[in-house]
Order: sequence, then structure tokens, then C-alpha cells
Amino acid sequence: MSNEKVLEVRNLSKVYGKGCLKCFESTGPEHNTNICPHCGSVVAAHNISFDLYKGEVLGIMGESGSGKSTSVKNLFFDENPTSGQAIFFDEGKQYDLFNLNAQQKRHLRNHRFGMVYQNPVLGLNFNVSAGGNIAERLLMSSLSNYSEIRERAIELLRRTEVLTERMDEMPKNFSGGMQQRVQIAKALATNPPLLFLDEVTTGLDLSVQAAILDLIMEIQRESDTAMIAVTHDLGVIRLLAGRTIVMKYGRIIETGLTDQILEDPQDAYTQRLVASAL
Amino acid sequence: MSSEVNTTATQFRQASAEYNFGFLDEYAKKEVRRSVLKAIAIPGYQVPYSSREMPMGRGFGTGGLQLTLSLIGKQDTLKVIDQGSDDSVNAVNLRSFIEMTCPGIDTTTKVSEANLIQSRHRIPEQSLREDQVIVLQVPYPDALVVVEPSEDKRKIMHGEADYSRLLVKLYEDIVKFNEITISHRYPTRINGHYVLDPSPIPRWDVPKMNDSKALILFGAGREKKIYAVPPYTLAEPLEFDDVPFRVENFNDENGQRRVCHRCGCDHSFLDEFVDARSGEKLYQCSDSDYCDEQLKLKNGGER
Repeated sequence: MSNEKVLEVRNLSKVYGKGCLKCFESTGPEHNTNICPHCGSVVAAHNISFDLYKGEVLGIMGESGSGKSTSVKNLFFDENPTSGQAIFFDEGKQYDLFNLNAQQKRHLRNHRFGMVYQNPVLGLNFNVSAGGNIAERLLMSSLSNYSEIRERAIELLRRTEVLTERMDEMPKNFSGGMQQRVQIAKALATNPPLLFLDEVTTGLDLSVQAAILDLIMEIQRESDTAMIAVTHDLGVIRLLAGRTIVMKYGRIIETGLTDQILEDPQDAYTQRLVASAL
Repeated sequence: MSSEVNTTATQFRQASAEYNFGFLDEYAKKEVRRSVLKAIAIPGYQVPYSSREMPMGRGFGTGGLQLTLSLIGKQDTLKVIDQGSDDSVNAVNLRSFIEMTCPGIDTTTKVSEANLIQSRHRIPEQSLREDQVIVLQVPYPDALVVVEPSEDKRKIMHGEADYSRLLVKLYEDIVKFNEITISHRYPTRINGHYVLDPSPIPRWDVPKMNDSKALILFGAGREKKIYAVPPYTLAEPLEFDDVPFRVENFNDENGQRRVCHRCGCDHSFLDEFVDARSGEKLYQCSDSDYCDEQLKLKNGGER
């Protein structure tokens, strides 16, 4: 880990619905809801601020509906935030993420970011082969030599331990763990400096989970990729994340070093969460 | 001339008197022309237009027909081709409709004599000139339709020149069959940005679009789109650096180039058909006008 900042997020908010002036003051953990009682809008995330450094894995933990995935989706341009700022630092340049035009967004998404979704259906194109999926991402970044693309796809699949003999098969023939590996290979295709992991191990059996987590740690060590890992699984947080953010009802309720949060949680909710899991 | 033909001619004259020149009203023609200008200004971009009802089903060349009717004037000479032939049903019917609704125009089967050519499925073998315009009838204007069903998303993809998913299709073809298997409608990048679907022309005709001297217009009646490849514009078929685009080769089992059985031409796009009597496979030029020309050359000027 270095002191090089990769991402700086300030006051990110996302409201689903028309919203009103009382939305923010009447939702959150202290009100035990993220639905505004005045206008019915859902405050999925509010005032999310954090920094991410090179080679670091930041864990975002919380129960379903706490706004973890929403925050990441906004950063990956899957959705547009209601307000807030995010600055991405890359090769000496700064990108104000929420003020880029569509083409700049697409460029960052295709070249500099990687995303691994919980559900491979979101991250993979099931109409083309595993190799084709990786080729798609390489072609987006304007590689135009067939054999080079082929070689690179083989290399990536080998690295993520997918049998290269099966690279021309359709992803639907693969097991869930294999699909997840292909998805990771696809996300890594362009060597992105920032990788988003949205519940990557949820729904996989334990041994496969362990193997996927091993793979992610290996990637992080080898290529110094900064990652944001969204999960509700404390085990994943413990294993992967150096620092952790705990979210509830769209707000950050606690943040700090992972060990600290897991061993000495300050907030009552975090205490309950940690106690129930261990 | 038989009396039957005479009657038809009279009927034609009567009918044509009741229609505006070119069947469409002047506002409709003006709109098509404006769309054509925009299409030329943004090479390869699909310009939407309000495709009118024509007295024939959409899918029978109404897009091309509306272009032709909007562009043609009394001084023009028209050639109509269907699959390379002037005599097939689609060509004959479109030609007689245009003759009926545009009194005073000339029609021809010779490429060199025409200044406006409406075609389905082929670009003539003989290279076109600067003073000629070719109109192609298009069934599916959008090359991206095979990879993305939503037109909204396709428009964004075109705007951002995001054609990676088309290239993935080529990639998958090479993986499965060791070559690109698209036989017609080969996606072609125009002027370095927009990729278009060049009507259902075979691969053979794709290189003819590159740096073409004649203006190439595409009209899709059902899909309500007009697009263009302006003269002297770059038209590059999608390909990989190490797997280049290639045209059909027409070689037989021994690697010999097949020739047209009628004119003996060895450098034209050939149609394969089975002789009804002998059951033998025959090859003949797809472009009938070109075949006639070649035959004339072979017989020393005599047909």
C-alpha cells in the first residue's frame, strides 16, 4: 500500500423518487428507515465520503438495502448520483467522475475500471463464449489483432484458473464459480487500477468462495490494484479488506481499520453485526 | 407495337396525369432530399425520415423507391437492378412504376447510360462515375441490430463509435469456423466513425464503396432511415489486423477461378444455378448488363 490516492468520494447521495426537503433529515439509522415518510422517496445513500489508496482493499459492509451496492454502482456509472463528488486519480490526471461526458465515462469504464457483479448475468454476455467475453473488453480498449486478443484471453483465463480448453464454450455451460472466474478475468482484461467487487462470493459454496478470495488477494498483491469490496459477509471483509466502512439505511455509521472494527466495534449496530456473525 | 401495349401506354399516361410527378407530393420529396443532404454531411449516419406509404408493401424496396422518386427529374436516365438483373420481377415492377409516375424520364439497362441507378443486392461491376448516383434498397439499416435489440442503446453505441460487440461477433466466427462467415450485409466503417449495414450487397461489392466516385445512397422504407456514402469517402469493412477482410473467391475444387458460362468472364460476381435439363451446376455473371457487355467484347462488338 502506498500514499497514492486513487479515489476520493465526497458527500455522495442517491435518492430514488422525486425527493423533498425533509428526505435527509427524516431518514437514516436514527429513524430506522431509508424511506422518507413525507414523500415516499428512498434515500439509498447519503453523505458517503471516503478515500481509496493504491493497492488497498476497502470493504463496504452492511445488511441488504443499506446502500452498499448503490454507492458502487454510482461510481461505476451504472447509475447517476443525486449529488456528490468523486475524483479518480489516474496516471497523473484527475477525473471528476460525475461531471464527465458519456464518452469519457465509457472510456474509464472500459479501460480503467473493472466490475465484478454478484450475478454473472450482469457482468458477462451469455450470448458469446467465455473467450469472446474477454475479447469484448479487449476490443473496447481498441486492440485489433485477433491472435493477440486470443493470447491475452488465454493468459487471463489461466490466471483465474479457468480451463483454457473450455474458453470457447458458452458461459451458461459453466458452474457458478467458473462463471465468476470468467467475470473476474473479464474485469482484469485491461489491467484496471480500480476494481469494484459487488458481493463476489455470495451464493457460491464455501470451497469455491475460498478459491475466489485467494484469487482476488493474489491479484491485489501482484498488480497493486485498488479495490472496493461490497459484501455482507464478515469473513470476506476480514480476509480481504484493510479498511472497512459499515453502512446502515444509506449512511456510513462506522469506518476504520478492519481489525479495529471487528475486534472493537463502536456503534451498537456494528457490535450486533459482529456478535451475530462470530 | 401490338394494341395491347398501346392500351397499357394510354392507361399509363392517364394514370400519370393524376399523380404528382414522382408520385410523392412535393413536401415529401423535399423532406427526403433534406434527409439525403444530412446523410451526406454525416457519412454513414442513419438519418430518420417519415417514410411514406407507397402503393406496394414495405420490404419491396419502398425506401430506395422514395429516394429515386425524390431525386429524379425529367432530364434523368434511370436504371433499375434487382440482384444484378434488369429483368427480374422487383426491377421490372419498380421501373414501370417510376416510368408511370415520372413521365418524360428515360430508362436504360446500360450502366454507362444511366445517371441514377436504383439497385437491390448489387453494385454494378462496371465502376461508376462522378455524375452517377446509386440508390440501394435496404431491409435492415442498422449493423448493430444483430448484437443489440434496443434502438435507444444502438443510437448511443453509434454515437460513441462503440462497435466492440460487432467485432466480438467476428471473433466468435473465427473461433468457430476459422474465418469470418458474414456473406452479405458486411458491417463497414465509413469515414472512420459510423459503421453501417451496406444493404444486402455481397462482400464482393463492399470494396466498391471505398473511395467511390459515385454517391451511394441507402434507403430503408420499413425502418424509415436514409444514409449515405459520399463520393471519395473511406469505407473500411470491419476486420482484425491479422485476419483481413476478403471477398468471395469463386474457385472450384481444384482452385481454378470459375468463369461465366455465358460470356466467359473470370472477374465478376457469379451466380450458381442448376440447369433444369442437364442437372448440371452452372455459373453466370450476376450483373446481366455486364455479362452482355463482356459477351459483346468476346464476339468482337457483335451481340
